[in-house]
Amino acid sequence: MSTLATARPANYLSVDPGVMSWLLTKDHKRIGILYLVSISVFFLVGAVSAAVIRLSLFTPEGALLHGQAYNKMFSLHGISMIFFFLIPSIPAVLGNFLLPLMIGARDVAFPRLNLLSWYIFVLGGASTLIAATTGGVDTGWTFYTPFSSIYSNTNVTLTAVGVFITGFSSILTGLNFLVTIHKMRAPGLSWSRLPLFVWAHYATSLIMILGTPVVAITLLMVGLERGLGIGLFDPALGGDPILFQHLFWFYSHPAVYIMILPSMGVVSEVIACFSRKRIFGYEFVAGSSLAIAVIGFFVWGHHMFVSGQSVYAGLVFSLLSFLVAIPSGVKVFNWTATLYKGSVAYHAPMLYALGFIGLFTIGGLTGLFLATLGTDVHLTDTYFVVAHFHYIMVGGAITGFMGGLHFWWPKITGWLYPEGWSRAAALLLFVGFNLTFFPQFILGYNGMLRRTYTYPPEFQVLNVMSTAGASILAVGYLIPVIYLLWSLRYGQAAGPNPWGATGLEWTAPSPPPPGNFEKIPVVTEEAYAYSTMETRRA
Amino acid sequence: MTPHIVSTKIYVLVLAALLALTALTVAASFYDLGGGRLHYANAVTALTIAVSKATLVVLYFMHVRYSSHLTWVFVGAGVFWLLVLIGLTLSDVLTRGWLPSPGPWSS
Repeated sequence: MSTLATARPANYLSVDPGVMSWLLTKDHKRIGILYLVSISVFFLVGAVSAAVIRLSLFTPEGALLHGQAYNKMFSLHGISMIFFFLIPSIPAVLGNFLLPLMIGARDVAFPRLNLLSWYIFVLGGASTLIAATTGGVDTGWTFYTPFSSIYSNTNVTLTAVGVFITGFSSILTGLNFLVTIHKMRAPGLSWSRLPLFVWAHYATSLIMILGTPVVAITLLMVGLERGLGIGLFDPALGGDPILFQHLFWFYSHPAVYIMILPSMGVVSEVIACFSRKRIFGYEFVAGSSLAIAVIGFFVWGHHMFVSGQSVYAGLVFSLLSFLVAIPSGVKVFNWTATLYKGSVAYHAPMLYALGFIGLFTIGGLTGLFLATLGTDVHLTDTYFVVAHFHYIMVGGAITGFMGGLHFWWPKITGWLYPEGWSRAAALLLFVGFNLTFFPQFILGYNGMLRRTYTYPPEFQVLNVMSTAGASILAVGYLIPVIYLLWSLRYGQAAGPNPWGATGLEWTAPSPPPPGNFEKIPVVTEEAYAYSTMETRRA
Repeated sequence: MTPHIVSTKIYVLVLAALLALTALTVAASFYDLGGGRLHYANAVTALTIAVSKATLVVLYFMHVRYSSHLTWVFVGAGVFWLLVLIGLTLSDVLTRGWLPSPGPWSS
C-alpha cells in the first residue's frame, strides 16, 4: 500500500469546523458523517439489546428476562437494527458520501433536501427512543395486527410514529439519489461505465421510493384503528388481519434488498480492486441489481404461508420467490469468476467481501428452504428463520458495510488504519458470526421457537454456543471502533488512492475538498479498467 | 428544458372538475347501485371516480402532462407497482374460499 505523508490541504472536515456549520451543512460528505454518527447510536442500542437477549437465553428458564420484558427487548433490537441502522447504513452513510464523488459531481441534486432527510431521521429515531425508554413496545418489529392495533398496552403508537417519520427520510434519500444519478453524471460517464456501487444504489433507491410509502400508510392505518377504532385489520371491527401482513411485507420484504443491494455494490467494488480485474460480466451484475429490486416486490407472500393466506396465493408467491434467487446467484457466480486468475490481495476490505460471499450464499440458500411451501410450514417461527435472516442481514448487509467502511475509510478521513488489526477483526467477526448463528439453524430445525424466553433443556448446549459466539462477535465489532478512532489521531496519511483503485472518487484528494473536484472530470474508460491501469504502471 | 406554465383557466377548470367528482362520489353513496352479483357496484363506482380525480391531479397539478418521457416512465412505474400490490393481494383474497374450511373433528 502506498502512503503519502503531506500536509493536509483544505478539505470538507477542516473548513469551518464549528458545530453550527455541521448542523446546517449541505455538503453530502458531512451529511454522510452525520448519518454515520446517528446510526452508530442505534447500532449500539440494537447490539446491547441483542447481548441481553443472548445472555438471557444462556439458561433454558431465561437467565435475565421473562415474559413481556423479553418481548420488549427483542422488539427494541429488531426496530432499532432494521429501521434505524440497517436500512440507512450503506445508502445514507457511504451512498451519501460517495455517490457524487463516483459520478464526478460536486454534490447531490438536492443538497437541502439531503440535510432535511437527516433531520427527519433524527426526529423519527428520537421518537422511537422515547417510546423505548418510557415503557417500550412488545409487538416485535413487525407490528402484527390485531395485537398491535387493539390489544398491546405498550408504546405502539409512538414507536410506529417514529418509524413512519423515518420512512420519509428514506424516501427523500432515494429521490435524491435517483435524480443525481440521472442528471449529474460527469461528461463521458455513460450508464455502461457507472460503477456497480452506483447501480446498486440506483436499484435501492427505486425500492425506497416505491415501497416505503406503503409501510408508512400501513402504520398510519394501525394508528387509526388503535386510536379511533376504525375497523381495518381487527376482525371484530370488520377488518382483515392478513391485509396488514400483505401491506407490511409489500415493503418489508423488499426492505431486505434495501439492506443487501448496497452491500452487493460494495462487494463488487472491493472484489474488482483486490483482484486487479474488470468485474466479470459487468452488464449482468448491474442488471441483476435491477432484477432483484423488481422481482423482490413480487415475493412478499412467502412470509405468510401459515397466516391463513390462500394456498393458491402461496403457490404463486413460492414460485416467484425462487425467481429472485436467479439474479442473486448471477452476482455470486460473477464475483467468483472475477477472482479467477486475479491478483488477489487479502486486505481487510477483501476479507469482508469474501466473507460476504460465503455468508450471503448460506443465507440465500436457506431462504429457498423457507420459500418452499411444505418446508416452511415446519420452519415458520423457529430459530431457523432467525438464523436465515441474520445470515442475510448481519452476514450480508453488515459485513458489506464493514467492508465498505474499511475500503473508503482512507478516503473519508484521509488516514490509514492498522492493517494487522483490521485483518484480525475481520476474521474474528467471521468466526463469531458463524458460532452465533449456525447453531440457530439446528435449533430451529429441531423445533425451537423464536420470540420465547424459555426453551426445552435439550437445546441448551446450542444456545450456549450461540451466546459464546455473540460475545466473540461483540469483540469483533469493538476492535474496529477502537482502531478506526485511533487512526484519526495516529494513522498515517492515506494519499488520494491508497488501494490503487479505479473510480473517480480516488482521483479526489483524501479527504476531499468541499466541492470534491478542482475540475469536473471527463470519463474516457470503463469502470474497472484495472488492466489498463496495470499496463500504465508497467 | 424550460418549465411549462399552466394557465389559471386550466387550474380553475381542473379544480371545478375535482369538486364536481367529489359531489358525485357523495351522491353515489346514497344509492344502492346493485345487488347479488353486482354487489361490488358501489365500490367500483367510488374507485373509478377516485382514480379519475387522481389522474387529473397527477396530469395537471403535478404537471406530468407537460413533463419529459423520463418523468412518464417513473409515473408509470409507480402505477405498475400499485397494481402489483393490489393484484397479488387479490390473488389471496379472491382465492381464499376455493378450498373448503376443515370441518369439525369427528371420531
